[in-house]
Order: sequence, then C-alpha cells, then structure tokens
Amino acid sequence: MLHELSWKVGGQQGEGIDSTGKTFSTSLNRMGYYIYSYRHFSSRIKGGHTNDNVRVTTSPKAASADYLDILVAFDQETIDLNGMELRDGGVVIADAKFNPKLSDKITANVKLVVMPFTKIAEEHGAVIMKNMVALGATARLVGLDVNFCTPVLQSRFGRKSQKIVDQNLEAIQAGFDAMDGEAIDFAAFKLVPPIPDKHLFMIGNDAIAFGALAAGARIMPAYPITPASDVMEYLIKKLPKVGGVVVQTEDEIAALNMTIGAAYAGARTLTATSGPGLSLMMEALGLAGMTETPVVIIDTQRGGPSTGLPTKHEQSDMYAVLFGNHGEIGKIVLTPSSAEECFYASVDAFNYAEKYQCPVILMTDLALSLASQSVAPFDYDKVTIDRGLLATQEQLDQVPAGQMFKRYERTEDGISPRVFPGQLGGIHHVTGVEHSEIGRPDEGPNNHVLMMNKRLNKFDGIELPNSVSYTGDKNPDVLLIGVGSSIGPIDEAVDRLRNQGIKVGHAQVKVLSPFPLKTMTSYVNSAKQTIVIESNGTGQLFHLMQFFGLNHPEMKSYLKYDGTPFLAKEIEAHVKGSMIAWQR
Amino acid sequence: MATVKEFRNSVRPNWCPGCGDFAVQAAMQRALGNLDLEPQNVAIISGIGCSGRISGYLNAYGFHGVHGRSLPVAQGVKLANHDLTVLAAGGDGDGFGIGLGHFMHAARRNMDITYIVMDNSIYGLTKGQHSPTSAFGFKAKTTPAGNIENAISPLQIALAAGISFLAQGFSHDVNQLTQIIQAGIEHRGFSLINVFSPCVTYNKVNTYEWYKEHVVNLEQFPDYDPTNRNMAMLKVAETDGLCTGLIYKDTVKKPLDALIEGYKEMPIVHQDIHIDRDFFEKTMEEFN
Ligand SMILES: Cc1ncc(C[n+]2csc(CCOP(=O)(O)OP(=O)(O)O)c2C)c(N)n1
Ligand code: SF4
Repeated sequence: MLHELSWKVGGQQGEGIDSTGKTFSTSLNRMGYYIYSYRHFSSRIKGGHTNDNVRVTTSPKAASADYLDILVAFDQETIDLNGMELRDGGVVIADAKFNPKLSDKITANVKLVVMPFTKIAEEHGAVIMKNMVALGATARLVGLDVNFCTPVLQSRFGRKSQKIVDQNLEAIQAGFDAMDGEAIDFAAFKLVPPIPDKHLFMIGNDAIAFGALAAGARIMPAYPITPASDVMEYLIKKLPKVGGVVVQTEDEIAALNMTIGAAYAGARTLTATSGPGLSLMMEALGLAGMTETPVVIIDTQRGGPSTGLPTKHEQSDMYAVLFGNHGEIGKIVLTPSSAEECFYASVDAFNYAEKYQCPVILMTDLALSLASQSVAPFDYDKVTIDRGLLATQEQLDQVPAGQMFKRYERTEDGISPRVFPGQLGGIHHVTGVEHSEIGRPDEGPNNHVLMMNKRLNKFDGIELPNSVSYTGDKNPDVLLIGVGSSIGPIDEAVDRLRNQGIKVGHAQVKVLSPFPLKTMTSYVNSAKQTIVIESNGTGQLFHLMQFFGLNHPEMKSYLKYDGTPFLAKEIEAHVKGSMIAWQR
Repeated sequence: MATVKEFRNSVRPNWCPGCGDFAVQAAMQRALGNLDLEPQNVAIISGIGCSGRISGYLNAYGFHGVHGRSLPVAQGVKLANHDLTVLAAGGDGDGFGIGLGHFMHAARRNMDITYIVMDNSIYGLTKGQHSPTSAFGFKAKTTPAGNIENAISPLQIALAAGISFLAQGFSHDVNQLTQIIQAGIEHRGFSLINVFSPCVTYNKVNTYEWYKEHVVNLEQFPDYDPTNRNMAMLKVAETDGLCTGLIYKDTVKKPLDALIEGYKEMPIVHQDIHIDRDFFEKTMEEFN
C-alpha cells in the first residue's frame, strides 16, 4: 500500500490538463488526503506542453515528490519530457491514439498501459472527456472508489447540466473498467485510506487575496502579470460583494500611484505584481515611503531578468524589493512560505502598513503563488484589524484656526497620527519633496536629517513576530536556511537527514525587512555549518545576511535557477556532499 | 458658506512674478468658493513642475506626488472617497509628456475628477526644455536648432480618448477660467481644463501677447454647440487648438462610480471593513 502517491497528467495546453489535475486533486483533498499540486505551463495559451503533478499524502507536504508513480499521457511529448521522473515499477497510462512508446531516456523499470482514452470518450459523448477516462483508470489503479470525484463534478457542472455530470461519470466508469483487465499488481499501487479531515485547497495567491478581503482591503488597482493576476481575479469576484472595487489600470505605475491615492484617502488598498511590474513601481514606492502612506504590494516572483521565465519559479527579486527604489525608505518585507502563512501574512501586511505608516511588500515566489496545497481552515478570530495611529476629532479641534495639522509631527517612535481628506481640522499637505511637520516643502539640511531619522527610526531594532521559523536539531552540524516556498523540500530533506543520524536544523526566513538579525545570528552561531538555499543565480539571501551583518566563516550558498523548485532529494544530496567537503 | 478666502493659505508661491499659474490658482480658489465647497472636502492632487506646486498653495487637502502621476493618485483618492471633490493639476510636460498615458486612460475611465493643466509649452521647473506642446520649429534648451518634432494636440487627444468634459482657458482671462473650472467641477465625470498659462521666464514665443493675438474665444460663436462632439472636433482643428471656453460636454455618459458593480453610496472610507463570521466561513467554504 502506498502512503503517498505522485501522479502527473500531461498533454498540450488547451487540452483540459489543468481541469483534469484539479478534479483529481480537489476530490482527494475533500476525502481528507493532503495534496500538493504543481503545474508546469508555458507562456502559450494553446499548444505547448503542460502538466500537473499531484502529490497525495496522509500528512502535510509542501513540495513535489522526488519521483513519479503514475504518469498519464495525452501525447508522446509528455512521456518524453516526464518519463525520466518515474520510479522503478512506475506506470505510464497513455492514450492509444498516438501509439505511445516509452522513450529511451527512461532508465527505470516502467510499465506502459495503452488505453483508448479518446475512443472511449467519443463513445460517451465528447473527446474532451478523455480526461475523465484517465481519472477512472487512475482510480482503479490506486484503489479509489469509482465515484471518488462525483461531489466535485456535481458542484462544478451540476448547476449547469446534470447531463454533463452523468456523461462524465460514465466516462470515468468506462476508464475504470478498461483498467480492470490490465496485468498490473494493483495491490502495489493501492493508496492507504485517508484520515477524513477538513482541509481547504488553494494556491498562495488565493490565500493572499482572501487574507486581503478579510483584512478589510477594499480597493485594488493592478495590472495583470503572471503569476500575480490570480490575486486580482479573485478580488474582482469578491470585492463588489463588500462594496469594494478592483481597477485594472493602464500599467503598474498607475497601479501603485492609485493605490497610494486610495490609501492616503483612508482605504485599505493593495496592488499585486511580479518582477517587471515591480521595477515600474519603484518611483511610486519611494513616494509611498516619503509620504508615509500605508500601501500593500504583493510581489510574486518569477524567473528574470527582464521577461525572463514568466511562468517559471525563481526567487530573484530580493535585491530589487529591498534596494530597488531610489533614496532610502523604511519598508516591511514579508516572505511567507505556505498558503496558510500567505493568508495570515496578508492580514498582517495591512496592519503593519497602517501601524508603521509605510509600504509593506508581501513577497512570494511562483511555486508558492501558484502551487495548490491543502490548508487547515483559517481562524476567523485570528483576523484582527489594527488601523494604527489616527487623529481623533478632539485632537483636530485643537489645531488653531488657520494652521495646518501636523501630519508629520516628529514623535519619539517616528509615528505621527494620520488624518484622511474630508476630516475637519486635518488639512495639511503631502508631498514627495522633503517636508516639514505640516507637509510643506523644506529642503533645509536640519530638517532633512530629522525627517530621515523619523522615517527610518520606526524600524530601529524591531523584529516582527514570527520573523523566522525553526525546525530540526538544536545546535546542528548543518543549518539550512531558506525563504519562501522552499520550506517544503527543505523540511523533507531535514527529516531524511536526521533519520540518517545527521544533526540538521532548518531556519526559514519569513521577514526580510526589518531583517531579524538577532534571531538569525543566534541560529547561525548555534550551528557548525550553514547552507543558504535559494532559487537564484547570485545568492541574494546569502549576501543579504552578510549585508545585514551576519557573518559566519562556514556559511555556504546552494543555488538553483533552472526555473523549477528544489526537490527534497537534491537538498539531501547537496547537504551530504557538502558535509564530505567540509570534513576534508 | 464657504468663500474664496477660505481656499487661501499663507504660503507664498515660489513662482516667478508674472507666471500664468497665479491666475490659475486664483481661478481655482474662486471656483471652489463660488461652489460653496468646504476646504476639508476638497483634495488637490498635483504632479511635478512649477505648476505642480499648486496643491500646496490652496487651503484644502493637497497631495504633491511624482512626475506625471497625479491622475492615478487622484483616481485612487476618488475611489476611496467619492464624497470628496477631487482636482488634479500640473503642467503640460507632466500631463502630456510623462503622464500622457494616464491622461488618455483617465479620460476614458471617466471618474468624477477635474484635471487642470497649466500649459506653457515648456518645461519650467527644469529650466527651459521643450515640451510635448511646443510647436514645430520652437527653440528651447533642448531644441537649439528648432524643434523637429510635432506638437501634440491635447484637445484632440482628449476628444479621441472619449473625454466627457473639455474646456480651455487662458491665464489672462480669470473670469472665463473661473467659470470653466467651476463647470468642470460640477460636471459628473472626468473633465480637462487646459489652460494657456505663460511661462514668462523660459518661453519667449508663447507669451501673453502671443496668446492674446491667437486665442479664439468660443463665446464669439452663438451657434457653437458644445454637446456636439463632431462640431467640437472640427472647431479644435479649425482653431489649431487655440479656442477657449467650453469645448465639449457629454450629457449622457455616466461617471465610472455609477457603473461599478457593488459600489455603495457610502464612500469606502466610511464603511465598516470587518466582514462577519458567516460571510467569512461561506467564502472559505469555496476552497473545499
Ligand atoms: C521621473 C522624473 N523625470 C524627470 C523629472 C524632472 N522634472 C521635474 S519637472 C519636469 C518638467 C515640468 O514641466 P511641466 O510639467 O510642463 O511643468 P512646468 O514646470 O512648466 O509648470 C521634469 C522633467 C522628475 N521630477 N521625475
Ligand atoms: S519658470 Fe516659468 S513656469 Fe516656472 S514659475 Fe517661472 S514663469 Fe512660471
């Protein structure tokens, strides 16, 4: 019996690969299994290879598996491109239509099941249902009930047409039956029964968007870009229900400036983008910092530079986010590492933005933005809204007639009360030019120093809660450090290494700015060696740690930048290799 | 009752004596006073340039952003609080150079914002470079041998973008300027008030005298119908973009906020942003 299953379906974009994977994964999630599903796609709408890798487990995992058990192929390319991932004893189930062959790159002992997906689907009403035939065959192979996805199909198509549901179910049954006769050791593929439990199933972007909705964000100006667009698409569906609005702007420059305008006027507002869009926002980011306007920017990193690898995974915007704007501003940068954390980080982002009156950038990476994962239901009671320091009407009434409100009053902690346009007695000026306490341009040397200090000192010595998560051994021989979605593969590698008797710890950075220097220093100092693991070509996190003052002679960088996320086996092998190197 | 005086503050503009922008400032103050608006309910969002400083020279909420981006900021303000009277203001470089894209989109988006451009056909603040409205052949610091690019026509662009209110003024005629700004504010939708606002320091061609000679006041034409878009297009072309007064007004098109699904009467900033447990649970259920 299998305690976990790694299943992949592949074909041409536009063939319904996505919905096949989604039906499979959503159904199993509802049954109580934990799912991690990662979709490979390219910047083409129709045509071009796409696949969906679904990992089914009985305890939460946040990474794709090292190997595939089953590959469902709708074309030869799928076998040629993915066959190598199959383990010994794995199975390819392929459509008879294209005369499938196992490619010579497959070195494992793999069985090929050829099944007339297309023909069976046609017999049941429509070629598009070949996906359902494949799901039926999968169900038979892994010992699932033939009706395992009925509830999901019912909620997806039921309202539109019961006939479609029934046809799909028949196609599934036909695939199920067709598999029955195959000479396969079915017992070896049988998936252990799930422990029924309720999980949500979502991508990181959904979690961010839902978090924003719950946090009271009501305005989102944004310009579409992969992999950020889903945040906007979700909120377009939801914000009108709560009196909010999404505006698709003409570009990212407009998006962030509009966000600033709305936030200045008192609304909780966000925008979302990725690398190229982030670059366009840099001038406005400086404006938000200078005017102390609480904006939330979602940066979903993808492969760069330029339009580089728009649909591939990378973590290479860290420098841009921290240092990309001109001048010096204080900002908060959150880097959650799971969909669940994305939700709460999104709520935090709005609270921090208003508490510290600064831009907050919530940074994810493509794998975290787009991979679907099982998530424990969110806790309504944990969603709190803190609007920070707002001037009361009594305070405003005390502003002498003919004088301006001191919006930029120099206070001890650098945080001055805010007012929103429309408030009586709160009139002041806001400008990106260096200004006095009432917002009048003031370029005097004294004033600039005082105001710079006011803005920057807000973050002095602050470590935000949960800036770092730590698992594994205390005082480890090797400390692994990561950021973003790599938490899954690193954790798995840590488990395996510890099972082999190696002392390993894992620190995942959840806040890049203000950098949790104290915490990170204590972790790094507690370890003999440290490996910083990240998806980019220059070791941005590694160098940032040094930049922030963290130095350790035995700190090394492990990089991957081929567009795919780390696998646990790669990290495991790398750590073992480095330990040997270190011993020499 | 609010008066002109209430929109004055104690800040002395740092414009050169004689700069056309003084008249724009005065006309804005008068228009706001005439409309009996309260200063705290007015937000003036400006760009960068000599003209962009205007948000600091009126007593109202003011926001002076970055170069060319006053319109996106203004639209954000309006989205958050549609009870506010939102004015955007800046120069021709700001609005039709770096910010042209935003201008076209703001015009087609048609939020209820009044955009006042102080057009002096030069970059004032950066000391005399040519601007997108500088004429062919115009000599400036960056066109010592004469401009070899064509000037754009803001009015034609505005009409092409589907603007719902278009007027043009001249700093010499504060009365007309006041009237059209007032009408622009009263118009429910996006309005452009383009103002010939001479730069007395750097533009030695398009001076007050030059404008006085060339400007054509539309009030001279009793048959002119500003609700007729084709007529407006023709008149703008005929006068080479030098007509003043109300050029076009759409009486049918609704402003954006009237079209946004779910947008409430009460401004977003005044709404309770907490969502109730039931809505939260139901929304979460969709991820199952
Ligand atoms: C992104 C950016 N580029 C350039 C500048 C420099 N700059 C400041 S004002 C200005 C031109 C202003 O011209 P205009 O908008 O016509 O206003 P005027 O000064 O004539 O009133 C320029 C280019 C800037 N502030 N920001
Ligand atoms: S430089 Fe020109 S535009 Fe600027 S203040 Fe002087 S006259 Fe006005």
